Amino acid sequence: MQELLSYSAVELGRLLRKGELSVKEATKAALSAIDGRQRGNNAFITVTGDEALARAEQVQRRLLSGEGVGPLTGVPAAIKDNICTQGVKTTCASKIMGDFLSPYQATVMEKLEQAGAVSLGKLNMDEFAMGSTTEASFYGPTRNPWDLGRVPGGSSGGAAAAVAAGECWYALGSDTGGSIRQPASYCGVTGMKPTYGAVSRYGLIAYASSLDQIGPLARTAEDCAAILDVIMGKDRRDGTSLDAPCGGLLAGLNPDLTGMTVGIPVDCFEDGLDPDVRKRVLSVADVLKGRGASIEEFRLPVMQYVVPTYYIIAAAEASSNLSRFDGVKYGWRAQGYEDLTDLYCKTRTEGFGSEVKRRILLGTFVLSSGYYDAFYRKALQVKHVIKSAFDDAFSRYDLILMPVAPTTAPRLGESLSDPLKMYLSDIYTVSVNLAGLPGLSMPCGFDRQGLPVGAQLIGPALREQAILNAAYAYQQDTDYHKQAPVAAEGGKRA
Amino acid sequence: MNWEVVIGLETHVELATRTKIFCGCSTEFGGAPNTHVCPVCTGMPGTLPVMNKKVLEYAAKASLALNCTVTQYCKFDRKNYFYPDLPKAYQVSQLYLPIGRNGSVPIRLGSEEKVIRIHELHMEEDAGKLVHDNWIDQTRADYNRCGVPLIEIVTEPDFRSADEVIAYLEKLRSTLEYLGVSDCKMQEGSLRCDVNLSVRPQGSDELGTRTEMKNLNSFKAISRAIAYEARRQQERIELDHKRVIQETRRWDDNKDATYSMRSKENAQDYRYFPEPDIPPMELSDAYLDALRQAMPEMAEAKRERYQAQWGLSAKDAELLTSSRAMAAFFEETVAAGAAPKQASDWIQGEVLRELKERSLDVKEMIFAPENLAKLIGLVSAGRLNRGSAARVLRGCFADNADVEDYMRQNGLEQVNDAGLLEETVTAVLAENPQSVADYRAGKKKAVGFLMGQCMKRLRGKGDPKAVSALLNQKLEG
Amino acid sequence: MNITTELVDYVSELSRLKLPEEEKAPMAAQLEQIIGYMDILNTLDTDHIEPMSHTFPVKNVLQEDEVEVFPNRDALLAGAPAHDEEAFFVPKTVD
Repeated sequence: MQELLSYSAVELGRLLRKGELSVKEATKAALSAIDGRQRGNNAFITVTGDEALARAEQVQRRLLSGEGVGPLTGVPAAIKDNICTQGVKTTCASKIMGDFLSPYQATVMEKLEQAGAVSLGKLNMDEFAMGSTTEASFYGPTRNPWDLGRVPGGSSGGAAAAVAAGECWYALGSDTGGSIRQPASYCGVTGMKPTYGAVSRYGLIAYASSLDQIGPLARTAEDCAAILDVIMGKDRRDGTSLDAPCGGLLAGLNPDLTGMTVGIPVDCFEDGLDPDVRKRVLSVADVLKGRGASIEEFRLPVMQYVVPTYYIIAAAEASSNLSRFDGVKYGWRAQGYEDLTDLYCKTRTEGFGSEVKRRILLGTFVLSSGYYDAFYRKALQVKHVIKSAFDDAFSRYDLILMPVAPTTAPRLGESLSDPLKMYLSDIYTVSVNLAGLPGLSMPCGFDRQGLPVGAQLIGPALREQAILNAAYAYQQDTDYHKQAPVAAEGGKRA
Repeated sequence: MNWEVVIGLETHVELATRTKIFCGCSTEFGGAPNTHVCPVCTGMPGTLPVMNKKVLEYAAKASLALNCTVTQYCKFDRKNYFYPDLPKAYQVSQLYLPIGRNGSVPIRLGSEEKVIRIHELHMEEDAGKLVHDNWIDQTRADYNRCGVPLIEIVTEPDFRSADEVIAYLEKLRSTLEYLGVSDCKMQEGSLRCDVNLSVRPQGSDELGTRTEMKNLNSFKAISRAIAYEARRQQERIELDHKRVIQETRRWDDNKDATYSMRSKENAQDYRYFPEPDIPPMELSDAYLDALRQAMPEMAEAKRERYQAQWGLSAKDAELLTSSRAMAAFFEETVAAGAAPKQASDWIQGEVLRELKERSLDVKEMIFAPENLAKLIGLVSAGRLNRGSAARVLRGCFADNADVEDYMRQNGLEQVNDAGLLEETVTAVLAENPQSVADYRAGKKKAVGFLMGQCMKRLRGKGDPKAVSALLNQKLEG
Repeated sequence: MNITTELVDYVSELSRLKLPEEEKAPMAAQLEQIIGYMDILNTLDTDHIEPMSHTFPVKNVLQEDEVEVFPNRDALLAGAPAHDEEAFFVPKTVD
């Protein structure tokens, strides 16, 4: 069974199509892994075992008929709990959502169904995707499978932990400022945030609408390509989704990087970066060079502005997006209110956790009368500067290589005491969201404590293929992505 | 002291699209609560708006018709506030780049002309409806109206009287109705008006502190509210020596007074910011040109043409152009061969009477202009007299039955048989010697009675001209 | 910038949040720290830079004016904390 779970999603899909194993067997293996590890890492909020087994039979029939079969047909997956699933509760890891049952299905869920996915359940996260540790969950923190005393990163911490711990073959997460890439890095898995608009956001409960994007977390770049082939594409229900060609990423994977130029922004390798992380990330350049890429260093001074710009824009949009949670139409309502305003205030004050409230207040402040120009408008101008800096870099380089996070996974409780410090640790990931670019995090080794380190590859808009090619090439020559933590115990490498 | 009243208007107009501004729900008025709703317009988590093509078109058309400069790169913004009729807790509206700016609307008051400047025209979504239920002491929220497309038209403070306000609103209503972008039905709330009013000493250039009046749902209410509020502000300044407080006041139609809407919120800080879920809209020159080309002839142009081309009176032209549907019915009747003057008379007479009796709008009328033209033709050709023609119209009105068939089937065709007419007149004169004597003694009115008797014998079908000529000939002879 | 507890009260009221007294001062301090850090943006001259709200090159995403009936009205109401078969309930609203 353990061996089964060490396959990549694409490998498992191949076995299922060959009939060497049934969808039910795969699903049972995953459910049993969840059963064994959930108590340790708390990666899931909801496990839908019965539904998954019923679905497995249905998908098995599809495999037998041969119709509508693709690389991921029958491969069990799990979904971050801010993606609306009809019939299964969606919580955003928040008390205020109560037992919310979505009256509609998210577009990505429809696409997964069409591709023959089997959903195992919903994954833990920071409340409303606001956080970098998955400690800010109403359902308790998720723990890092490599060391249960450490955080898995966030906000898609449940997704990264579940994939790392072998509880599912892939997961869908969401990334607003690094929420896929940073936990992927902390947990030693491969995760990708696609170009803004490449994947429909319809059904993703919004944190910051102009930055949010759904993406895959999996073992390999190849898996990410297969998943993106399924979920990318124009959606008429999302006005911001791009009408661009999609599909063919898996088939298009090419490990020959001849002619590719990779830029290394030196600003991202200076103070504040853990030396082990620095060393591991820079070592990626050597591997890429070996595959034919040329490497160049350059300066990217806008990096000093990215965190404040991000937090102004994200908090502002969040303050507006989260206003609809008021105890009237859905979710949880406080008791003992005196009137309408009191109902709103009690429900929201008791229903939201402290990090969410902090960002709502910050966002309300930067939009409020008298401060809009100095903060929000200014941030939109700086965003323009940041976007232009990346455009300029991509006129010279095909890809950019940089760290995902300044350190490896911190211990539980270390980050929450100092919000600003936690915000600053997002420095390497948020620019990608501000500029709407695709970015990938992949395992590139371990620090001196045996914790996974991630490297980030960033490309121009809609150049997912180039990023995936580089990561695929890297994973041909390395085996960091194949390493897994000791099951259940949450110890170090197996 | 003489006081001048200064008024600006904010008018919300519901657009006559089939569906809501950001989802596929119907905009139909009425319906059981929460029947025209979906996850998008009820603000379910994770849903996204997608802009309705027709809304953009209608708003652009309205902007052009009100002589606005169209913002060719326009966007939506979010206006944030908590209220249970607003399920997302923000209204998608336009603050920074409204679709229309700097427009103008010429109005006429008697012989005087005046131009009202339009500050801006923007698109936004309507809110839901709240109805308090006394039985359960709870307010019921109905989101059927949530997301119905609106345009808000904001004027400069250019009005100096209620009459000017009404003239502007009439003009606005007619323009938007002719454009086909709105029904402008005040009673259904598809045209709603907020009045900003201040007073100042005559001759002053400074604006006084203004109040905003809401809940004005008829022209009568607007006139009365303006009169009341202007007097209240003057008296407050002159008699009480107090300042006017900038506030929102609600008009109470039953009490004929405005009263302060004491909002519990001390802050009205809407925290507008660009709506990230809706991409910008670009209106190309070609797009706007096409809209200009397709612009229909407006009421004013029609009125002038009816007078110049067809010699109708100003009053007739005014009535016939009171709605686009009315004007269309008239023009189609003329196009089908009716003389304009007669078509006008028939429409203003019998047709309007039928509509009124049946409580119908011209738009809902089945009776076709071709059929009316045919009826008028039958009268002109002497085959139907006016009285019978009215009966035919009444009989055919509901189902648009062919007037000629109806006339035949009901034996209403005019009697022109000279022998029968002669016989009838002779008999009537013989039966009414007193009337004949009266007439000959100088009471010329008696001919009316004799005429009536003749028509009665002919069961209304006699050609009145022929009967009258014959009577005169015999009485004088 | 100095963030007072009054300012925290003001934005709390706009956000319909009501922090317990003892949380106000720490929140003010945290916000002041975060907002203070944002000052770094003022070292960048952006006078001639257009604010960018949409990074993506999409415009005029419009849908046809055709009615599409949502078939699951009951599911929209079912999740409300207080409702009947027709409407969402809220405490009395006063104008």
